[in-house]
Amino acid sequence: MAAADLGGRQATAALTSPYAIELKGISKAFGSVQANKDINIAIPRGTIHGIIGENGAGKSTLMSILYGFYRADSGQILVNGAPVTIPDSQSAIRAGIGMVFQHFKLVQNFTVLENVILGAEDGPMLNSSLAKARKILGDLSREYELDVDPDALIENLSVGHQQRVEILKALYRQAEILILDEPTGVLTPDEADHLFRILRGLRDQGKTIVLITHKLREIMETTDNVSVMRRGTMVATVKTTETSPEALAELMVGRKVLLEVVKNPAKSGEIILSVKDLAVKDEHGVTRLKGVSFDIRAGEILGIAGVAGNGQSELLEALGGIAPASGVVVLNGAELPLTGPRANGKARRDAGIAHVPEDRQSLGLIMDFAAWENVAFGYHDDPRYQKNAWLMDNDALRADTAAKMATYDVRPPIPTLAAKSFSGGNQQKLVVAREMDRNPDLLLIGQPTRGVDIGAIEFIHKQIIALRDAGKAVLLVSVELDEIMSLSDRVLVMFDGQIMGERLPAQTNERELGMMMAGMGAK
Amino acid sequence: MDFATFLQISDTALRFATPLLLACLAGLFSERAGIFDIGLEGKMLMAAMSAGAVAAVTGSVWLGLIAAIFGSLLFAAVHGIASITFRGNQLIAGVALNFVASGITVLIAESMFGQGGRTPPLEGAARFANIDLPFTETLATIPVLGPFYAEVLSGHTILVYVALALVPISWWVLYRTRFGLRLRAVGENPASVDTAGVSVVRLRFSAVIIAGVLCGLAGAYMSTGLQAGFGREMTAGRGYIALAALIFAKWRPWAALWATLLFGFLQALALRPDVVESMTRVAIPVPFLDALPYILTVIVLAGFVGKAIPPRAGGEPYVKER
Repeated sequence: MAAADLGGRQATAALTSPYAIELKGISKAFGSVQANKDINIAIPRGTIHGIIGENGAGKSTLMSILYGFYRADSGQILVNGAPVTIPDSQSAIRAGIGMVFQHFKLVQNFTVLENVILGAEDGPMLNSSLAKARKILGDLSREYELDVDPDALIENLSVGHQQRVEILKALYRQAEILILDEPTGVLTPDEADHLFRILRGLRDQGKTIVLITHKLREIMETTDNVSVMRRGTMVATVKTTETSPEALAELMVGRKVLLEVVKNPAKSGEIILSVKDLAVKDEHGVTRLKGVSFDIRAGEILGIAGVAGNGQSELLEALGGIAPASGVVVLNGAELPLTGPRANGKARRDAGIAHVPEDRQSLGLIMDFAAWENVAFGYHDDPRYQKNAWLMDNDALRADTAAKMATYDVRPPIPTLAAKSFSGGNQQKLVVAREMDRNPDLLLIGQPTRGVDIGAIEFIHKQIIALRDAGKAVLLVSVELDEIMSLSDRVLVMFDGQIMGERLPAQTNERELGMMMAGMGAK
Repeated sequence: MDFATFLQISDTALRFATPLLLACLAGLFSERAGIFDIGLEGKMLMAAMSAGAVAAVTGSVWLGLIAAIFGSLLFAAVHGIASITFRGNQLIAGVALNFVASGITVLIAESMFGQGGRTPPLEGAARFANIDLPFTETLATIPVLGPFYAEVLSGHTILVYVALALVPISWWVLYRTRFGLRLRAVGENPASVDTAGVSVVRLRFSAVIIAGVLCGLAGAYMSTGLQAGFGREMTAGRGYIALAALIFAKWRPWAALWATLLFGFLQALALRPDVVESMTRVAIPVPFLDALPYILTVIVLAGFVGKAIPPRAGGEPYVKER
């Protein structure tokens, strides 16, 4: 009943309103935090509309309100000119809104078909629903380049294909408005290009696309209009053709931001780390890292590019002493034990390796512990922090953390605050502060700016370059090609646990690296 | 072991397997929806006492059955409210219910009947009667299958046949209906169900209620079918054995049937030490035979039967994330 009602309303309103979605005065507070403050935005039908902003700017909250996860404290939502209330996801779907989340909402051991019909079945029996969905899926695949095997299990699909399933789910529910939250974070450049082709195809069919991202390049290449959010408010909505990445970055952060990394040519010295035939098996006995060899010199940043899950994590864990490995690793002329009791994180630290792990929330920090406790990790035995033979000098640790917070611009600078209370960027600064303070010979750093604000990215990049200019070696693992290209002095591309080849950033481009990341291209 | 003895033991095995099967299917529905149910034991015990008491008072086994389902549902509701509504720890809630059941069943039985926590012996219409299946005479001439039909399959109470019928029904519900699809999805990734606009809470409550009804049947069978009356701790860990069988069966209905039959067979074997002795030519102590199902449980739970992957969202309360 309600669906038919709404459909009718949409049809008549469609004639009067050129906007697919209008938000008027949307506000939402969580306790004392104002996540959205008087948001006004009108998104014209048949356009790709970008929404950009730092972490915590309120993008996700706004989209959650649109998809019925939260209710706004005040304000009005209009879909095709008609006011709607969206108390739950069912209502959002009925209003023609589809959402592709950053973390896919798929059932791993269901087929594509089962995932698509879940919640949108025709009746209590599955057979007819499945048959109907199979036919519609075939049509949609042809129309929008959304090829995916309807009988494949999700767990056997690549991330790019899983994302297509999410889009198909929305289209199957006849979504006219498609919201995508950070859709390219896990895609190769090629997959991302394919996605944008799909999105343009959908727009040309009259659908409205809302693209939430922090990647300025995607905004510039793909969108028709872009809205910028900062600290819960909508600070600007502009035509994409009339703006620039620099202008957008300034709107996001509220001050001028250096997008280009400035660095002097590398003055590389002796070999600090030499890796030969390093291989790692996971707990199931599957070889994840299949014998990689490379050297890193002093005063050099070696970038490892690759799609997540191609052995980069294992490489970091093996070098950081977390995972047992085979092969030969020589640091400053001394061979490191790769298995046994002496292959551990502490031994590696003592040998001069610092490690900023890829996943700071599970490996880098204990989220419920205070900042000073987190910063103290690895320094417990340090004579500086011993009060006497039995007790640690917690006051000294807290004072030391406060000093580090000042140096590394951690906000708020409160050592007793729990790690989870900091934003992603400030959590990362805590880890970076702890690791760089060792003055290591070799820094292992994984995904240094994942989930980190533009302002903090700039800061962390500067720190990495400062370390390199101080004559230290850096191994940088990142899935962000921009980051690899701008920071690295040399780039290795990994695919399926192997190194596909080495390139100099000045003599390659994203397309070539993208091909190598997908397993194509010669050594 | 001759064929006749084998048939006798199989017949007993089927009786013993029935409460295990019902409880196992109860656990299957609950856990497939993402609610770990360690409280199968408590629900069965509660149901067994309710059935025994009501059947003794009214003289009607059917009223006893209704009381059993009601008693079990009461516990299921508490488990659901604790673990779904209030997002409590499902295992702790289940363990607590088991403790409560262990005490309250004896307390109620004692205060009602004053027979040391037992319910009075049931007879006649207060117990489920055995049903003789048709055509036993006609089929008796067929070798092997004929006697098997007459000796093993025929002559059980209605609940045995209900339990057996529930195996294909459960399979059909889980894999061929919309409800089943959503139920399995909510145990694997509740966010997928939630974002599809379907209520996670409602689905999980339905699963917990189904588990309650099935445990009600299992408990009723204990006190009015298998035995004639309720006795203190009469379920004797069957809820836990059913959980082991569930893992053994990798959360699949047909495999649950075979797993519970295996456990039932071991329990039946413990009643015939003479047969075991004649086969092994070693006098195996009866307590060891009694312990066999539990030893198998430990082996299964320790993961010696291959990799059993539980539903991915099992045990985790669903919290909507931003």
